[in-house]
Amino acid sequence: MDELLLRRLTPRVIGILVRRGADFAAAEDAVQDALVEALRTWPADPPRDAQGWLVTVAWRRFLDAIRADSARRRREDLVESEPAPGPATAVDDTLRLYFLCAHPSLTPSSAVALTLRAVGGLTTRQIARAYLVPEATMAQRISRAKRTVAGVGLSPAGAEPDAPGRPDRAGDVATVLRVLYLVFNEGYSGDVDLAAEAIRLTRQLAASIDHPEVAGLLALMLLHHARRAARTQPDGSLVPLAEQDRGRWDTTLIAEGVQILQAALARDRLGEFQAQAAIAALHADAQRAEETDWVQIVEWYDELARLTDSPVVRLNRAVAVGEADGPRAGLAALAELDASTRDSSAKAHPLPRREAVAAYLHERAGDLATAARLYAEAAHRAPNLAERTHLTHQAARLNARLRP
Amino acid sequence: MAKYLLLKHYRGAPAPVNNVPMDQWTPAEVSAHVQFMHDFAVRLEETGEYVDGQGLAPEGTWVRYDGEGRPPVTDGPFAETKDLIAGWMVIDVDSYERALELAAELSAAPGAGGEPIHEWLELRPFLSAPPTITE
Repeated sequence: MDELLLRRLTPRVIGILVRRGADFAAAEDAVQDALVEALRTWPADPPRDAQGWLVTVAWRRFLDAIRADSARRRREDLVESEPAPGPATAVDDTLRLYFLCAHPSLTPSSAVALTLRAVGGLTTRQIARAYLVPEATMAQRISRAKRTVAGVGLSPAGAEPDAPGRPDRAGDVATVLRVLYLVFNEGYSGDVDLAAEAIRLTRQLAASIDHPEVAGLLALMLLHHARRAARTQPDGSLVPLAEQDRGRWDTTLIAEGVQILQAALARDRLGEFQAQAAIAALHADAQRAEETDWVQIVEWYDELARLTDSPVVRLNRAVAVGEADGPRAGLAALAELDASTRDSSAKAHPLPRREAVAAYLHERAGDLATAARLYAEAAHRAPNLAERTHLTHQAARLNARLRP
Repeated sequence: MAKYLLLKHYRGAPAPVNNVPMDQWTPAEVSAHVQFMHDFAVRLEETGEYVDGQGLAPEGTWVRYDGEGRPPVTDGPFAETKDLIAGWMVIDVDSYERALELAAELSAAPGAGGEPIHEWLELRPFLSAPPTITE
C-alpha cells in the first residue's frame, strides 16, 4: 500500500471537505477516521481512485458525526449543496492548512502535532509513538489545538497567509518554518521517519509558496539529512563532523540542497535558514575535513549572528574561529561570549555545549589536563545520552593519554 | 506479573566494588559499558519484561507553591543532597526473585578494567491495583 500517497492526499481531502461546508475541526476528524480506515482496508482492497475513496469515506464520517449531534441537525442541509471542488484550489487549501496548523496562538508542541496530523496525514498513534507519549495524551493535545484555532477558519475567503496586522490571521511563514524545523531537528523514534517527513512537508510547502527562507530551510534539511548515515555508529553513538566517513554522505541530496540554496541566495533576501544552509553547504563541499573553508564559515556565522544574535550561534562561531585562526583565537572568541552572557539568567540557564567547545579548543591548544576536566564536566551537563557517552569518551581518551 | 522500579543513583547508594569514575576508564571500557546497557534493555524487550527506562540529568531544582498569584518558590540544586537519582528502568516480571536476578545482572555491568561494577541498585515494587478476588 502506498502510505505516502495517503499522506499526500490528506490536506487536500480536508480542503475539499471544508469547501463543502465542514468546519476545520470536524473535517480534520473525519479525514483522520478515513485515514485509519484506509490503513486497515487498502492493503487487501486498494481503491482505483484513492482521493475519491478518501473524500467519500471522510464525507460519510462527517455526516455521521453531525447526524449524531442533534443540535447540529440543521447542517444536514449541506448534503444537498455539495459544490464540486475545482482542482486548481488544492494547492491553496494545503497552503492555508500549513498556516492554520502553525497559528501563533498554538504552543510549539501543539502546532507540531496538528501539522503532522492535518498536513502530514499521520495518525494520532504514529505521532504519539514518534514523540514517546501515550496515544490518549497526543489525542488530547490535538483536539485542544483544534479548539484553539476553531475561530480562525480555513474558508477560501479568509486566512491570507502574509496579510499583516490581522489579529485572526493564520501564522506567518516564519512560524510555519519554525514548526517544520522542530519536526526535523527534534525527531525521536517510532515507525515514522520524522526527518524525512519534515523534508517532504517542507518540499511541498516550497512548491506552493515562493519564499527564499522556505527554500533555505529545505536546503538546510537536505544538507543535514545527507550526512545521516555517517552521523552515528551502529551502537547509536555520535560521530563528530570531522571524523565522519564523507564517502557515506548522500551526494544526490547534497547536490539538490546546494542548487536550491544557490537559487535562494541569488534572490538577495538573506535569512537565518539560508545562512545556516550556507554553512552546511561549505562543510558538504569539503572532500576531507582538513579542506573545509573555515574562513568563509566564520563569515557566515557573522551573518547569522547579525540575523539572530543568539549565544548558540556565537558559540558555534567560536569553534569556527578556532579552526580558521587557531585554538587561541577560538578561546578568545569564547571568552568574549562568556563576558557578554555573564548575568543572572545565563547562570540559571547555562549555555548547552559551552564546556564541550571549551574542552575541544583547549585540547587543540595542547592543554590536555584542562580539556579532560572540561570534557568530564560537559558530559555531566550533556542534554542527551548520546552526547554524554561521546563526551565521556573524549574525557576517557585524554585521561588515558595523561596517565604516566 | 508485578512491576518493579530499578533505580540507579548518582549519589546516595553505598559505594560499588569497582569504584572508578567513568572518565577514568579507557575509551574501550566506556564503549563496552554502553553496549552492555543497550543489550540488557533489548534482551528484556525480547523476554517481554521491559516497560520503560530513562536517564535523568544530574541538575535538579526544588519547587513549591507559594500562595495565590505568587510565582513558585525554587531552590537548589543542593550540592549536599544525599540522594540523587541518575535514572530508572521499569520491569514487569513474574516474581520478586526474577526482579532480584535482573537487578543483579544490571549491577554486573562492566566498568574499569572490564570488571563488573557491582553497583548498588535500588529495587522498588510498584503499588498495584487491588485484586478483584479477595476471599
